[in-house]
Amino acid sequence: MAVAVRAPARPFARPRSHTGFWSWISTVDHKRIGILYGVTAFLFFIIGGIEALLVRGQLATPNADMLTADEYNQLFTMHGTTMVFLVIMPLAAAFGNYLVPLMIGARDVAFPRLNAFGYWAFLSGGLFLYFSFLFGGAPDGGWFGYAPQTTQPFSPGNGIDFWLIGLIITGVGSLTAAVNFIITTLNLRAPGMTLMRMPVFVWMNLVVSFLLLFAMPIITVALFQLYFDRNFGANFYNANLGGDPVLWQHMFWLFGHPEVYILILPAMGIVSEILPVFSRKPLFGYAVVVFSGIAIGFMGWGVWAHHMFAVGLGPVANSAFAASTMFIAVPTGVKIFNWIATTWGGDLRLKTPMYFALGFIAMFTIGGLSGVTHAIVPHDYQQTDTYYIVAHFHYVLFGGAIFGLFGGAYYWFPKVTGRLLGEGLGKLHFWLMFIGFNLTFGPMHILGLQGQPRRTYIYDEGMGWDAWNMVATIGSLIIALSVLAFIVNVAKTLRSADRAPEDPWDARTLEWAIPSPPPEYNFAEIPVVHSVDDFWHHKYTEDDEGRLVRLPSGGADEGAAAGEAGEGDSVPEQGAVSTETVPEEHHEAEEGHGHGDGIHMPSPSYFPALASIGFPLVGFGAIYGWWWGAIGAVFLLAGVFGWACEPLAEEHA
Amino acid sequence: MTHALAAPPAHGAAPGDHDYAVTGINSKKLGMWAFLASECLFFGALISTYLLYRTRGPVGQRPGDVYDIPYTSVSSFVLLMSSLTMVLALAAIQRGDHRRLRIWLLATALLGTVFIGGQVYEFTVFVHEGLNISSSVSATSFFVLTGFHGVHVTVGILWLLSLIGMSLRGLIPQERNLEIEIAGLYWHFVDIVWIIIFTVVYLVPN
Amino acid sequence: MVQPPRRRRVLRVLAVLGAVGMLLLLAGCAGDAPQDTLQPEGPIARKQDGLFKPIFYLAVIPVFVLVQGLVIATVIRHRHRPGRPDPVQVHGNTRLEIGWTAAPALVLLFAAVPTINTIFDIAREPADALEVEVYGHLWWWEYIYPEQEGISQPISTANELHIPVDRPVRLTLRTEEPGLPPGPDGKPAQGVIHSFWVPKLAGKQDVVPGRDNKLTIEAEEPGQRYLGQCAEYCNLSHANMRLAVKTHTPEDFEAWVAAQQAPAAKPASGMAAQGFEVFTKKGGCLACHSVGGIEGAVSRVGPNLTHLKSRDRFAGYTIDNTPENLRKWVDDPSAMKPMRPNKGTGMPDQNLSPEELRQVVAYLETLK
Repeated sequence: MAVAVRAPARPFARPRSHTGFWSWISTVDHKRIGILYGVTAFLFFIIGGIEALLVRGQLATPNADMLTADEYNQLFTMHGTTMVFLVIMPLAAAFGNYLVPLMIGARDVAFPRLNAFGYWAFLSGGLFLYFSFLFGGAPDGGWFGYAPQTTQPFSPGNGIDFWLIGLIITGVGSLTAAVNFIITTLNLRAPGMTLMRMPVFVWMNLVVSFLLLFAMPIITVALFQLYFDRNFGANFYNANLGGDPVLWQHMFWLFGHPEVYILILPAMGIVSEILPVFSRKPLFGYAVVVFSGIAIGFMGWGVWAHHMFAVGLGPVANSAFAASTMFIAVPTGVKIFNWIATTWGGDLRLKTPMYFALGFIAMFTIGGLSGVTHAIVPHDYQQTDTYYIVAHFHYVLFGGAIFGLFGGAYYWFPKVTGRLLGEGLGKLHFWLMFIGFNLTFGPMHILGLQGQPRRTYIYDEGMGWDAWNMVATIGSLIIALSVLAFIVNVAKTLRSADRAPEDPWDARTLEWAIPSPPPEYNFAEIPVVHSVDDFWHHKYTEDDEGRLVRLPSGGADEGAAAGEAGEGDSVPEQGAVSTETVPEEHHEAEEGHGHGDGIHMPSPSYFPALASIGFPLVGFGAIYGWWWGAIGAVFLLAGVFGWACEPLAEEHA
Repeated sequence: MTHALAAPPAHGAAPGDHDYAVTGINSKKLGMWAFLASECLFFGALISTYLLYRTRGPVGQRPGDVYDIPYTSVSSFVLLMSSLTMVLALAAIQRGDHRRLRIWLLATALLGTVFIGGQVYEFTVFVHEGLNISSSVSATSFFVLTGFHGVHVTVGILWLLSLIGMSLRGLIPQERNLEIEIAGLYWHFVDIVWIIIFTVVYLVPN
Repeated sequence: MVQPPRRRRVLRVLAVLGAVGMLLLLAGCAGDAPQDTLQPEGPIARKQDGLFKPIFYLAVIPVFVLVQGLVIATVIRHRHRPGRPDPVQVHGNTRLEIGWTAAPALVLLFAAVPTINTIFDIAREPADALEVEVYGHLWWWEYIYPEQEGISQPISTANELHIPVDRPVRLTLRTEEPGLPPGPDGKPAQGVIHSFWVPKLAGKQDVVPGRDNKLTIEAEEPGQRYLGQCAEYCNLSHANMRLAVKTHTPEDFEAWVAAQQAPAAKPASGMAAQGFEVFTKKGGCLACHSVGGIEGAVSRVGPNLTHLKSRDRFAGYTIDNTPENLRKWVDDPSAMKPMRPNKGTGMPDQNLSPEELRQVVAYLETLK
């Protein structure tokens, strides 16, 4: 990593450094932004986990008084809100940010400062939401905030307003990230990388970005409407004056259902990358897996009212959504079968990433099956609002998304840090998490069917729920231990001097063709791509029976180019990909950057972070008084103006 | 050196160049289109809410009871004309006429301001006649829908004014006309949304 | 080490999986769970259960065993062993893709048809149903039996819903908060969303402001008590908004109706009479509570107390109905159940002296 030459600092000078604390504040490098997202989201994961442990502590025994009703309601609301908006979404953004440009052979995203801005919006929104604990109490309306119990007469105090505004702020971050990823994926692919040669992770990230693009505005409108109800006497959800609380539900779930696919598709993408590498076989049915992901993205818009079966929409609506919900299981199932077929006949290397990927398949299947049973609408009248539903979504979101994300963490840790996480601690982490997770959420299927409703801070003895609730609480403690194992593993690894080889897993995709950690500019020369898994095809070719043949070092696999290989491709290095020499006239002047070949990268900038300081201030203004908002608006405007006026990249003195 | 490409890059830009674009459409422009697609859902949600609620509320408390269609038609015409001036501004910078660029941008901003002024006046009249955000659910949805549109117009006006400022400082040479084009895309979108709002809210009878 | 043939090992693992799965399911069935949906005791709950169980056992469990079995099998069979060659590079198989797309779709079709049939079946208006209006309040259930055949004079009661067996009961679900300022047309303020659920008799239905949702329940066994509770988060004391459905033979139900229609007698003397004075004047109880037989006592902010002592629990069916509990409750309601009395949703502290408290409780004890 280059250290820039430091000129004497001028006040308000554009930052130039690439090391030190302030370099993290001003970074526009997608890799560093990815690390920021990842570390911040992991901290929120710990906080959300502690909230869950407190919830489970209260529910371990009947008629417990560890927490009051009010405390419990705040904790479960914050647990859900944190895990959905401040953990899983930003973790996906972490992986997407770090990997997408590397996987498509690009040097950065399309809008580097907008990228940084998205992170700062996430951080400031998350912090704003948590300020509520200090300012009169956290929101207690559930992560789904149903009106009218979240309107003024029924939720006095400012907690709900913190929730509304916090989510609007983080929503801005999600929207900017989505725009960035779409343009990056469409426009910045390396030559030869057609859409159907992109890694599945990039595809899933693209689908997720479109889902975000269309879903975020809907919830933003709903959040504003509720804010206006609470603060300006609007009547959107006020049934006394013609408002309809069900409108909130429609809008929330029109966002909310695509949201759950936003939560799971990145992890599905990660699993689609891990399984082929650790099976030493290509992904089975690449095109089908991609199209299933797209189908899920589309069909996800047509199932939202399956969260509302008991609302009284009528048998016709309920039947239509029952059908659409059942059929969205088809593309999901197709993916599961393709993943299993990827491993079948392979040579399975059972390292920690593979454990988590296989665990994903097993756990997500359970969650998917219980999900299909929710579509049995007359029985959903029994299942809905019970712990059976809690079991379902934890199986898909924890057993699915979180397992997949941890698998990705183990898989790409050597890429990001140049070090391999320990296998012993990794497997301990996996087994503790697997056992703890199943002990916690498995019994909840039974508890729900035995009549325990969700979102209840207390239950009576004699209901038959005591034993399984205690088991679930014990399971949650085991989960906590597993997370501890992960933290110890990371700490040990970062402290050790052992370096990982550049391609420790013998992987398939472009990010493994460059050093670990990658230089700021990613690729010294932009690669030319000839096939899916292009990097792999520079290492191996196939004989007539489809068996792998290792290529001599420096060989390029012409066969995989499908007739598009050009003669005159330069002979690559061991494990490197064929590259294109950037024509001379496109080189910028080199000015002692220390970068390779005079590559000009976008310069760091404080403006995204500066602008985002405005968000929580405007938020306080919306709750406490306009003068806060005015100060916040100044920060926002100053930040945005400064950003608009400064060029993307500066010449260094 | 030959290489396979999905599509020829824009302007012959090479990969790694800052205006490299596989789709052939400049990234900033594509980004604005993506953002506008998102805005369609935003206004779609607000318009849907309005359509749901337009007939609810006590008689005399609905926006339809206090509209002044001729007045709002004039206001709409003003906004429509501002799209014309925006087009003229883009044409000016594309042929390198910086003075005309600033004149037409200023005209656009002024017409937009007249529109906003008209909206503000209209709202004060409604409030005087007893129609405000808490009167009824139809009034609520009317004010929030048109209010958000007004905020979007205002943001556009500020954007146009800053473009004028940047042009005065020489920061918008002819080659950077894309900046104006992108602002134009946003401005036209806001105008089209108004046409939809005007039709759905004012013209279509309850 | 001699290993049994791979196939046997795989089958063994599958058998273990299946056994564990069955054990879990059976564990779910065992034990006494008063709100157990898996042991329905009414025709509607049976229909719902009867739709779920076949699909669960015939489709869900086999798919579970298949997928988990395949995962375990692939790990056992294909894990790397030193000296193994690299695998054949298979990219896909169109027939398999078609197969595992079509097969699940067919299975789902078989699940969808009876599902949709049952949706319409359950939604049908039942013939000859007993009509009850259910009001969800924060945080208790009110039942009003309107005038209809067999009920000459409306009854208002709370927490316990009494029904005759072998007759559908059509519940009209509404939510109101009479403790809040009324709507513009004078109607009581709308409340929040609740959900009425008595699992052993039927699935739930939400109670939505501005709507009149309907739910049909029906019981088969007289003399039973079926527990239920609100199942849609209604903020603070959602967990304490419980209910019971009590079943009667048709004759017993008639008797219950008659008893509920009788007004409460004013106690003639003693502590109860003093309590009556406190109740009707100083205590301010009539601001929220109604008692049949007391002139002008019509408030629906709190439960109708005419036959308070005919119910075995109060405060949203969470507290046993004993004199001691009643005394503690009237003394400091918020200490026994979280509420928001200062916002018009919940019972405020009455500020009675210990003597007045004893008297009021003595009066309440007469409301049988």
